[in-house]
Amino acid sequence: MKIDRRDFLRLMGVGSAILVLGPRGLAGAESAAAGKDDFFFVQLSDMHWGFSDPKINPDFAGTLKKAIAAVNGMKTQPDFVVFTGDITHNTDDPKERRKRMAEARDIISGLKVKNVKFMAGEHDAGLDNGEAFQEYFGKTHYTFDHKGVQFIVIDNVSDPTSSITDPQLQWLGDELKKLQKDSRIIVLTHRPLFPLYPNWDWWTRDGQKAIDLIMPYPNVTVFYGHIHQEHHQMTAHIPHHAAKGLMFPLPAPGSVPKRVPIPWDASAPYKGLGYRSISAKTGSAEYGITEFPVQKG
Amino acid sequence: MNKRRIEIAFLALVFLVATAYAADTAVQPQVIKITAKRFEYTQNEIRIKAGVPVIFEFTSLDRIHGFTVPDLGAIRATIEPGKATRVTILAPKAGTYEFHCDIFCGDGHEGMTGKIIAED
Repeated sequence: MKIDRRDFLRLMGVGSAILVLGPRGLAGAESAAAGKDDFFFVQLSDMHWGFSDPKINPDFAGTLKKAIAAVNGMKTQPDFVVFTGDITHNTDDPKERRKRMAEARDIISGLKVKNVKFMAGEHDAGLDNGEAFQEYFGKTHYTFDHKGVQFIVIDNVSDPTSSITDPQLQWLGDELKKLQKDSRIIVLTHRPLFPLYPNWDWWTRDGQKAIDLIMPYPNVTVFYGHIHQEHHQMTAHIPHHAAKGLMFPLPAPGSVPKRVPIPWDASAPYKGLGYRSISAKTGSAEYGITEFPVQKG
Repeated sequence: MNKRRIEIAFLALVFLVATAYAADTAVQPQVIKITAKRFEYTQNEIRIKAGVPVIFEFTSLDRIHGFTVPDLGAIRATIEPGKATRVTILAPKAGTYEFHCDIFCGDGHEGMTGKIIAED
């Protein structure tokens, strides 16, 4: 399914279920990849490897593996896979943190696709300013180009105050200056850049500064994680799309007093967990988003 | 003449000090002491009067924590161990204002929350 900026507002009023294309699923993503520079990539988010509460997810050791297997099972493989943070669940013990990262990296290495992009979440990087994450997964903010789309990865978690911080904002500004105004830009972050629900810390303290920097560019889209659910919002012409997680779902913003994981529903295993593919057409800044549930078995 | 000037200056000084003291004692905001530790504040439901400033005085028992009240503008503080951190809180109207730790502090950080209940 394609979402353009005009349709976006309409969709918001109806609900994100329109974007969930279980039956069309992979076929939709594959059929979109037909032009010279068309491509699609897969976004996996919030795996929380190391989380081990069976009341929340009795398959805590298997869910990530299922998602990896499902991506490997795609008839057409994505050009790359991006992990939008919280690859591991936090721990105070630096040795255990590294052990979890090593295990997660090993599981992820089972992907057929070898072009894998990593991003940190606060669970990965918030307790040591990203030190362990960088040892295992590399830089926390960077750019890359893929078939004419400029990807910008912003780190809004290594600083424990949920901030991008001025040096990185300066870097962002410098990177943007290298681009044409009409460049197709995809920004990848862990936390929402906009104040989705600050009472649950679902925002980036200085996110508005980043939004101000990307605002002059008409073809920018943001994909992020952190909130463990699908969510779509515009800031002016910029769409922001949150992805489901792969360990536990979280409640809708402000819908309950406490932001705690939604317990496992035995009648609907893996409910609320999933991943997505994002397809890009040559020369277009509108992206097809296909949501996939985690399948039992 | 000089003596008279000195007397006037002295009286003026007394008046200023007395006024400052009186003002200080009259409007000195209430101080509410709050301890932060993983993953809670010792007081997580704090009642104050709407429109009257109070001071929250934080200390941390373990590590750096944060404090923020999103619905009260940019109010926030970093709470460091071994140091009292003061924040002036002024709720403009009656209502409930949620606060939380905004410095990631580990597994349970998400539950480090509380509420300020401002009453008329």
